[in-house]
Amino acid sequence: MAAGQSAIEARGVTKIFQGAEQQSFKALDNVSVTIRENEFFTLLGPSGCGKTTLLRLIAGFDFPTEGEILLYGRDIAPLPPFKRPVNTVFQNYALFPHMTVGQNIGFGLEMLGKPRPAIEARVAEMLRLVRMEELRNRKTSQISGGQQQRVALARALAPQPKVLLLDEPLSALDYKLRKDMQIELKRLQHETGITFIFVTHDQEEALTMSDRIAVMSKGKILQVGSPHDIYDRPSERFVANFIGETNFIEATVSGTANGQASVRLSNGAAISAGVPEGFTPSGKVTVVVRPEHADITGDRARSTMTGSLSNIVYFGTDTHYHVKLDGGGEFVVRRQNSRVGGTTHEVGEAIGVAFEEGAAQVLRD
Amino acid sequence: MAKRRPPIDIKAQPGFRGAAYICVILLYIPIIMLMILSLNSGEAVGKFQGVSLRWYATALQNKEFYSAARNTITITVFATIVSTILATLAAIGTTRVKPWRGLGAAFMVINLPLMVPEIITAVATLSFFALLAGALGLNFGIGNLILAHTVFCVPFAYMPIRARLEDMDLTLESAAADLYATPWNAFRRITLPLLVPGIASGGALAFITSFDDFTITQLVAGPGQTTLPLFIWGQTRKPMTPEINAISTILLLVSIVFVASSFAIARRRK
Repeated sequence: MAAGQSAIEARGVTKIFQGAEQQSFKALDNVSVTIRENEFFTLLGPSGCGKTTLLRLIAGFDFPTEGEILLYGRDIAPLPPFKRPVNTVFQNYALFPHMTVGQNIGFGLEMLGKPRPAIEARVAEMLRLVRMEELRNRKTSQISGGQQQRVALARALAPQPKVLLLDEPLSALDYKLRKDMQIELKRLQHETGITFIFVTHDQEEALTMSDRIAVMSKGKILQVGSPHDIYDRPSERFVANFIGETNFIEATVSGTANGQASVRLSNGAAISAGVPEGFTPSGKVTVVVRPEHADITGDRARSTMTGSLSNIVYFGTDTHYHVKLDGGGEFVVRRQNSRVGGTTHEVGEAIGVAFEEGAAQVLRD
Repeated sequence: MAKRRPPIDIKAQPGFRGAAYICVILLYIPIIMLMILSLNSGEAVGKFQGVSLRWYATALQNKEFYSAARNTITITVFATIVSTILATLAAIGTTRVKPWRGLGAAFMVINLPLMVPEIITAVATLSFFALLAGALGLNFGIGNLILAHTVFCVPFAYMPIRARLEDMDLTLESAAADLYATPWNAFRRITLPLLVPGIASGGALAFITSFDDFTITQLVAGPGQTTLPLFIWGQTRKPMTPEINAISTILLLVSIVFVASSFAIARRRK
């Protein structure tokens, strides 16, 4: 993706919550990140990692203890929420219960002092966008959860914010509806061309929807990158672990060149592995290999590692082969299931594990 | 998730039905008797001699009753409006601010009048006004009563309003601010409309409290400041006629209409 203009930029943002009796909690620790215009950007991490705090600082519900938050180059950190051209979709939707669907959607425009006819037209347009024209005069308590979600989206999009913030908006929906809304959200982002900042703890949601993802833990951003980068080239153990399943292998670095490291695995095999940007590994390191980036083979001579099959787990779309490595440790291989072909293996069988080209990645820690 | 036990059906417990009937009878029989006897055509309070509206006519022609009703309405309406406004402000001030050191104390101070025996408040109020009159020569006439009623009505109005504010989803106010509403607009368009049921119940409680207050009014009221409860009390000192039943029934109906309408507002708003 072409590097667009920066829409939101956090510079050295720290947020400390002062609790009772000298107890303080550092929710954000010197966070810097740039979110580009028109991008679907996801803040991903477990609860308590600071992702919602960062969102609230951008919205203006909290103010940073230190650092700046720039919106198109202007520091908005000291502004109250009603002076920021940024709108939020809340986790519980926060629809105004005493207003109709149409009044909810028009509220932001009304507060901006737009003339009545312009508001009416925009509300109609937003209802069309979220496909809810016929529910305009319903009370918000008379519509389903999925419909409330759409109203919340329409309400936040109606004033044409520079940036739309979404705080785990899909977490209250059931699985099927959540899948539909993921597609719907992508469509809306595409049609409106508004920068979306999406907060979630669901890695699958992050991978399917985002242009770029920032993985957060304990108040810090660990890695920023495309879903592909994050999944295939995790830079830290936490990232590799949090997103998908993975195999960790101990290794020793024997040399680096052109962003690749030559490493020797504990069983003696020498392979080449990717390296996180700006990091020069040396000595003992951990290497990760995704289960689907390796295969099991009967040809032990041509495999990277050898062992014996300890377990086979069938998952419908794929099968997991658990290999007990000869040098100790376990390695999991995932293989896509198909109707025809493929050799069958049995538990206990002596087997080799072959890595795909470029499957291995060195971790920072 | 833990399995939920079926709730105990209290109606199935032995003796429940009987106890419930006894409670309802004890609560309402005297009131119903009072209303029935107000239709008595005879002179005696205790002996029913036939149906007539005679005593209502007598009551409605009684100048003292009118004067008492006028006083009561003046005092109650003023006290209700002012105390409800004060209680609303107090409730916002104790729920929509950053916690501060004196918050618990403020809460106590607002609610203390509920815990103090009314006769103590009455004596204190009396002494206060006596002091004002003695030291500064100040006497507001019926204003004294309005002031006293306003003060003791505040905690009654405060409680339901505060409860409503505490139950309210704070993200609604955040959402309003997010959608460009200034704090004043957020209050006017979101908080206040959602607070109406609380204000209605608070106002109704204040109204009823002021309307039938006896103890404080008895001590503070000056000559010519007789309110309805004082008037009825005065009637019982004389040889009683069913007129007192008629008057009581009128008061009861006014209260019922008022409470019912405030409940209706609260329900509709929910």
